[in-house]
Amino acid sequence: MLRFVLRRTALVLPSLLGLLLVTFLLIHAVPSDPAAALAGDAATPEQIARLRHQYGFDRPIFEQFLLYLDKVAHLDFGESAFSHRPVTLDIAQRLPATLELTFCALALSVFVGVPLGVMAALNHNAWPDYLLRIFSVLGIAMAAFWVAIMLQLLFSMQLGWLPLRGELSSTMAQPPRATGFLVVDCLIAGRWDAFADALRHLALPAVTLALGGLATIVRFTRAGVLDTLQQDFVFYERAMGYRWLRLVWIFVLRNSVTATVTQIGLLFGGLIAGGVVVEAIFDWPGIGSYTVQAILTGDRQVMLAVTLLVGTVYAAVNILVDLVHGLLDPRLMEQG
Amino acid sequence: MMPLLSVRGLKVTIRTDEGTAQVLDDVGLDLERGRILGVVGESGCGKSTLIRAIMGILPRAGAVERGEIWFEGENLLSFSEAELARDVRSSRIGFIPQDPLLALNPVFKVGSQLLEVMRWHAPSDGTRGSERRKRHVGRLIGLLKRLQVPDPEGALERYPHQFSGGQRQRLLIAAALACSPRLLIADEPTTALDVTTQHQILLLLRELVAELAVSLLFVTHDFGVVAELCDDLCVIYAGQTVESGPVRSILDSPAHPYTRALLACHPDRATSFRGIPGSVPSPLAPPPGCRFAPRCGDVRAICSAGNPPQARAESGAEVRCVQYSDWSADLLVRSHES
Amino acid sequence: MKPILRKLSRDVPAMLGLAIVVFVLLLAIFGPLIAPYPGDAAASHLTRRLKPPSADFLFGTDNLGRDIFSRIILGARGALAIALTVVTVAMAIGVPLGLLAGFRRGWLSETVMRVTDVVLAIPQLVLALALAQLMSPSIETAMLALSLTYWPFFTRIVYAETRRLSSSLFVDALRGVGAGTGRIVFLHILPNAISPVIVRATIGLGFTILVAAVLGFLGMGATPPAPDWGLTIAESRVYLPTAWWYVTFPGLAILLTVMGFNLLGDGLRDLVDPRIRRSR
Ligand SMILES: Nc1ncnc2c1ncn2[C@@H]1O[C@H](COP(=O)(O)OP(=O)(O)O)[C@@H](O)[C@H]1O
Ligand code: SF4
Ligand SMILES: [Mg+2]
Repeated sequence: MLRFVLRRTALVLPSLLGLLLVTFLLIHAVPSDPAAALAGDAATPEQIARLRHQYGFDRPIFEQFLLYLDKVAHLDFGESAFSHRPVTLDIAQRLPATLELTFCALALSVFVGVPLGVMAALNHNAWPDYLLRIFSVLGIAMAAFWVAIMLQLLFSMQLGWLPLRGELSSTMAQPPRATGFLVVDCLIAGRWDAFADALRHLALPAVTLALGGLATIVRFTRAGVLDTLQQDFVFYERAMGYRWLRLVWIFVLRNSVTATVTQIGLLFGGLIAGGVVVEAIFDWPGIGSYTVQAILTGDRQVMLAVTLLVGTVYAAVNILVDLVHGLLDPRLMEQG
Repeated sequence: MMPLLSVRGLKVTIRTDEGTAQVLDDVGLDLERGRILGVVGESGCGKSTLIRAIMGILPRAGAVERGEIWFEGENLLSFSEAELARDVRSSRIGFIPQDPLLALNPVFKVGSQLLEVMRWHAPSDGTRGSERRKRHVGRLIGLLKRLQVPDPEGALERYPHQFSGGQRQRLLIAAALACSPRLLIADEPTTALDVTTQHQILLLLRELVAELAVSLLFVTHDFGVVAELCDDLCVIYAGQTVESGPVRSILDSPAHPYTRALLACHPDRATSFRGIPGSVPSPLAPPPGCRFAPRCGDVRAICSAGNPPQARAESGAEVRCVQYSDWSADLLVRSHES
Repeated sequence: MKPILRKLSRDVPAMLGLAIVVFVLLLAIFGPLIAPYPGDAAASHLTRRLKPPSADFLFGTDNLGRDIFSRIILGARGALAIALTVVTVAMAIGVPLGLLAGFRRGWLSETVMRVTDVVLAIPQLVLALALAQLMSPSIETAMLALSLTYWPFFTRIVYAETRRLSSSLFVDALRGVGAGTGRIVFLHILPNAISPVIVRATIGLGFTILVAAVLGFLGMGATPPAPDWGLTIAESRVYLPTAWWYVTFPGLAILLTVMGFNLLGDGLRDLVDPRIRRSR
């Protein structure tokens, strides 16, 4: 198992390098002046020129890339033109909030999506299936930023049930930072009031993010179950008098979720990226709102770092997905 | 006394995109207690559909239009799906499938699959919980030993793909017998195996049927297997029973032209290696009258006029062919009356 | 082809999708003729600001007194134009690359596919936003940025189909009778690869409308006073919670349009994918 993980990691590194190179080239091929952006609006041409030289923006692009790579190898992503702090520090501080939100959204979409997908498959080409298909498409078709605003409008502004934005009420004292995951930190500190408050803040952004993932999970579960129901062993198990509910929810489902698990892996990357706008709307102090800031201010260091981060998370999650596949299907484990 | 299993005038249709397929049309058979009944017919004649109808698991688009299926004095067609699943399958009717690799769930251990069946269907002996489970494991291991599966304890802990084809088929026979059913139904269980393994398994099956006093409904397209294993025979063509009776008498003097043609193709008897010319008609558009007429060497005008009724041949077998009935006279009488 | 169309016509969600797509297309073409206030694309009427929905203004009016119903109808053309352009450009890049990589073996094919994989791994939205911002925000740069992130999907599909087909006996047979590479690719492989490409393009149209709306929302696509749906939602935020209609209806327009393309695309995929076809 350890060998498997190490080998997969070794395979991933060249891809990450490629990812960085392509992003670097794309971002630098664009006609705009990073030094000017870094220097700010009030800078004189001399100041800009000095910065340009200092950061090596006047060197050939490939040399710049090698320089950048050397820094990245030391986990140095440069300085954010916006916050004027090291990008690495900013990201380390904001990553837990994003992961917390993403995990919650993912859990929501899996626990709701898998049962719905199974139900759609069992009613293949009948009204429940049609309705679920339409609803799942609805989830994909809704612009996340619009859903976010609509939820705010309804649950925060009109009904006043849930907070409008942020991670914690301003009147609530922060629990001491232990893991960086606010909900976990509240539990560690035994702060039940803060815990409930944090959950209430988590609800709307998590639901917004979960909607898109939900649709994907429903579709792939449906397709997987439909495929499995065609298999001979399902007829055999029925002929042997398996209880129908156990047959579907245990014996069929475990054969059907391979594709769904793959999708969960893909989704995780998608959710982090999709969270960009949602975080911005809910003022969620994570990577997403950081990215939006960076984009609006043309902050290249942050853009590059975020791309690499998402790519890395994506790769890591997919290694995990392969492991889960091995656990679900013994035949894959033997192939190694 | 009534036979253990008796199918009467069974008609099954399946709706498809191209229309309604008449997959079974007037199938009948009788299986006496303690005997082995072979069901023979070319591929596509409806043998598997017959089994599915008996077990109550037709495809979603399928339906029993007419007929009766009597089993131990009860009409199975009057049972609900829940009743069949709870009281009939495994506990009273054991099933041995065609392809042992495809039939086992690939991602569960063999043991957990077999014990799942016993958990719901093994006859109660007063024990409960882990005690009951232990007894089930014990019975399974005994059966696997009897079926000559090497290392029975270890076998339960392994996955289906870790066995050879012959071993897998033994596992499935053990599964079918695990809950002591009165009837075994096997759908071409040896087609996927090589000749030697096939022979061993048939031998085992015959011994077990005698030992455990079960009856066996054995579907095959191979007359060699029928001769080796079966007591009675039922020949099916295009969804209809065309000849049925004791194996010996049918093999000695086949009456129906289809039976004769099948036997003529069998490698042990064939003078030349040719199948029956033509192919099984599509159940979407069966030919009028006798369904075998387009391929029959003895065909005459009257054959296409209507469905030939059952008649008794000199061998004692029931035959569906105008050559053995006074049906032509019947038809004349009827047409005069109208 | 006939039985395929008949099957599609029995697929209720797919037909619903087709109806929506046709409807939006008609709006895009005849919008200025249909809209009750075609002048409200740009004009402003400060006397009737932020009016709730009524018989005169079905979806209410915005902060400049413009009829939101009219502006949504007028916005259909822009949304579809962006989507069609982006998908066409992405196809123009992606399909030839896929054919090239699939039919040739060797380093060229390897390089193309590695680059494709890498671009696929880049978070699309982030890259599109970043590029659009760096190239000075406008509709044109938005479209270019989206095309630059969407082509790999087509390369992947065409590559897989080409590989499958070019290793099949039927292409060997064509080679045997002396058919040239160009002939094989354009007369035999491309027509066979076209159906998954159509499916992907249909779904891609929906996806692009969605991402373009995000660009508009963040002020990196259309510029005021364009009746862009995403832009309108962004403008509406200041007037919440009072002017609920201001944010609701443009969002519903996006929802309906994207849903139409997705339902249609799913229906087409069911027809094309042999795995699912079998189970019908
Ligand atoms: N699910 C189904 N849908 C449509 N036709 C079917 C289905 N199952 C079986 N058939 C048709 O019924 C006929 C009999 O099939 P089957 O019972 O499998 O025959 P056998 O087992 O004798 O080979 C065949 O013509 C087959 O095409
Ligand atoms: S009824 Fe006629 S066609 Fe049919 S088997 Fe007998 S002789 Fe042949
Ligand atoms: Mg069969």
